[in-house]
Amino acid sequence: MNIIILGAGRVGESVAESLASEQNDITVIDTSAARLRQLEERFDLRGVVGNGIQPSVLREAGAQDADMVIGCAASDETNLVFCKVAHDVFNVSSTVARLRSPEFVEGDWLLGKSGFAVDHVICPEESVTRYIHQLISYPEALQVVQFSQERACLIVVRATSGGAVVGHTIGELSERFPGVEMRIVALYRLDTEMEAKPSARILPGDEVFVLADAKKIRQVLGAIHHIDKPVQRVMIAGGGRVGMRLARTLVGQCEVKIIERNPERCEYLASQLPSSMLILQGDGADEDLLQDENVGMMDMFLALTSDDEDNIMSAMLAKRLGANRVLSLINRRAYADMMQGSTIDIAISPAQTVIGELLAHLRQGDVAAVHSLRRGAAEALEGIARGDAKTSRLVGQRIEQIKLPQGASIGAIVRGEGAKSEVLMPHHDTLIETDDHIIIFIPNKRHVREVEKLFQVGATFFG
Amino acid sequence: MYSLLPVLGIFARILIAFSPAFFVPLGWALALDADEHAQMWTACFALTLVSGLLLWAFTRQHRRELQARDGFLLVNLVWLVLPAFAAIPLMYTVPDITWVKAYFEAMSGLTATGATALSGLDNLPASVNVWRCFLQYLGGLGIMLLVVAVLPMMGLGGFQVYRAETPGPMKDTKFTPRIAETARGLWGVYFVFSVVCMLAYKAAGMSWVDAFMHMCSTMGLGGFSSYDASIGHFDSPMVEMVATVFMALAGINFLRYFIVLRSRSMQPLLHDREVLSYVLVLAVSIALLTALLLVHGVYPNFWEALRTSAFHVVSLATTTGYASTDYALWPVFAPVLLLFLGCFVSCAGSTGGGLKLIRMILLIKQARRELVRIVHPRVVNPVTLGGRVVPISVMTATFGFMLIYGAVIVALTLVMLMTGLDMVTAFSAVIATVNNIGPGLGQVGPASNFGVLTEFQLWVLTFAMLMGRLELLSVLVLFTAQFWRK
Repeated sequence: MNIIILGAGRVGESVAESLASEQNDITVIDTSAARLRQLEERFDLRGVVGNGIQPSVLREAGAQDADMVIGCAASDETNLVFCKVAHDVFNVSSTVARLRSPEFVEGDWLLGKSGFAVDHVICPEESVTRYIHQLISYPEALQVVQFSQERACLIVVRATSGGAVVGHTIGELSERFPGVEMRIVALYRLDTEMEAKPSARILPGDEVFVLADAKKIRQVLGAIHHIDKPVQRVMIAGGGRVGMRLARTLVGQCEVKIIERNPERCEYLASQLPSSMLILQGDGADEDLLQDENVGMMDMFLALTSDDEDNIMSAMLAKRLGANRVLSLINRRAYADMMQGSTIDIAISPAQTVIGELLAHLRQGDVAAVHSLRRGAAEALEGIARGDAKTSRLVGQRIEQIKLPQGASIGAIVRGEGAKSEVLMPHHDTLIETDDHIIIFIPNKRHVREVEKLFQVGATFFG
Repeated sequence: MYSLLPVLGIFARILIAFSPAFFVPLGWALALDADEHAQMWTACFALTLVSGLLLWAFTRQHRRELQARDGFLLVNLVWLVLPAFAAIPLMYTVPDITWVKAYFEAMSGLTATGATALSGLDNLPASVNVWRCFLQYLGGLGIMLLVVAVLPMMGLGGFQVYRAETPGPMKDTKFTPRIAETARGLWGVYFVFSVVCMLAYKAAGMSWVDAFMHMCSTMGLGGFSSYDASIGHFDSPMVEMVATVFMALAGINFLRYFIVLRSRSMQPLLHDREVLSYVLVLAVSIALLTALLLVHGVYPNFWEALRTSAFHVVSLATTTGYASTDYALWPVFAPVLLLFLGCFVSCAGSTGGGLKLIRMILLIKQARRELVRIVHPRVVNPVTLGGRVVPISVMTATFGFMLIYGAVIVALTLVMLMTGLDMVTAFSAVIATVNNIGPGLGQVGPASNFGVLTEFQLWVLTFAMLMGRLELLSVLVLFTAQFWRK
């Protein structure tokens, strides 16, 4: 696909990186020539210097042939105008804007074709907040992603010796939990992928990827991890956009303390959040402050500033002072890979979390959701089997007949709509029906294309 | 000394504008055959009009843009002089009245206090009682506000005036681009409520003239009545119910109603912190008083206890001051609670007096904030109201106001004690007048009136009413040296 990205900031960069690695033609527009040169050197893309809302700059970037434009500039205004110009002047069929303000809602008339012509809205802060909120709700998990209107979910959890199936093989799973439909789709040991065959044994410390009915999350977690008490006390270092959004979602769920360095920002937070939340002015890596505020009693410590080093240091400090679980936002992939599972329990790359949403819009065929896993290395994809036995490669086939790339596996099928839908764990002879939602785990991103093609519907098989 | 003449010029125009107010009692005098005072009302109208015209002619050449301090001066002038004109008819109609009593009565009317120095109200001509109550109607929402609303003030920004007269800690918020539009909106809402209130009283069994008078003193949260026994004269649960409802409505910020009408949504009213607290305080107090009356056996019947306590809580808390029975005879907790409620329950921008609930909310929030700060020295928790930080300037102004409020009450109580009054009467009379409530306790209790006091005591309380209505600062600023410096 021919894609134009506006803005070479942090979000723009990760979007460009993940799209460029999938054989798309990427053009990035930014006002900083130096920044563009950096990107051009690292990735296979083209940079255009200029103001992206000007038609002349867009023309130079090749907007007339673009299949999609993605506005990732820092300000909402720029992204809105960018999408409008791309749609109205160059007839770009698909527009995506990164919008921070929650007042612009996808599907609203204001963002419709006669409005700003934004087809999809992405908001990294919102995605990160949702991601972290899941982790607070399910403190045992490393990641929880939802599929098919929250009917099914993929849970990433590190096995601990307290879990009921830890020390047993995957094959024994169904014997030990006859009532709970779940399937282990992948197993990582010491950052290396293990084949998730029935004879593989789950050992403490393994990262286990489980697909299950969303109602059974608790049981799944209990099988692999000892059950923690629910998170009640949370300390957040950094009251930026993510910190504030997260605090809002935690109203009524946990006791929250927020540490923020900027006094003015503190005042703003105090005006926006309920008065039961404590806003503390200070440095998240200030040992005395953390101790005074009882960081040792915290069920979870979240380092959410925009500075990687600060986050790492304050999270490590909090862990040493006795915080139960610590989580840190880490933008740089290398840092994140290095820190995850060490002193810091969970490292999150904000840019990666939004990629998933973006990918769902980008994928060909009927792809309903895409979630990026292991900070972008692997992917879980939810596709809808359309058409009938003649036009689809999936409908009417048994699971064993479907040719999947190496390592990829069909994890779950959601059949039916709304309240009547059911989550099936497919066996080798399960027959796929029309409109089934199929969730596939792909351990290596390179194979995503092949999986996508399965979901394309054509009169012939040449499509 | 700076020139007073331009201010007097505007005052003259206000006096001219005030003169038609005498048409209201004149109208009733003509409508009610038994009343032979029509000529006197006409004379009062003529006197006020001519005084205004003379003053206007005299100050005509002196014109200038109104400054902030002119606003304060003007408001004080209006509130000092209009009661004098309003007192004139009382001098000619009430038997055995002194000038002090008449002025006290007029001031009590215009400030919507409802403390009366007269007895034998039942025997007064109806038009005189209409006049007393109508003063409360005018003064309740604000004379200057009305002037700003109906008179194009010839280039003078109504804002200075509005600020000097409107109660509440945050006066700088404008809700419409032009202050006159806000003023018109407020008076419009006030008028609509009044019409409904009057019809409700009529339906509850009052005569038209009684309904009009009680509507005036209900909506203005004044508390004058045409009977010595106040609302108790009617001895009607329906009348009490109507009064309770409309007093409670008038105790809420009229700006809220205005915004509700403008935005066509109930949200501004239902989500307002002050309104919610107002309802809560009233509900808790009513429950408390009902329980007290039942336990002490004052009223054996639950519904009667509830009705009576609701009526008196709303009446005293909103600073109206109606009574249907002599509540001073209840267990002593009850009258003290009622007087205490009157000090702070009315909302800012309502027609009630007192500290205003919003200031109380700010103070409680501040106290809570200080307590948290002891445990968490690094905490940032500014006082917030409806998702906004309350500026430090508003907070310090509120503290300052509280301080002056306390000091004024103590000082005036001492003065009253010095004149030889007993403690209960002195203190309650000051509380009842500074907060524009009306009846106090002891010698000035609900069954008695302020006529028993000496002339000097009445002067002090007259001043207290004025200060209370203009929220202290607008009056006290005249006593500072800075105000008069060039």
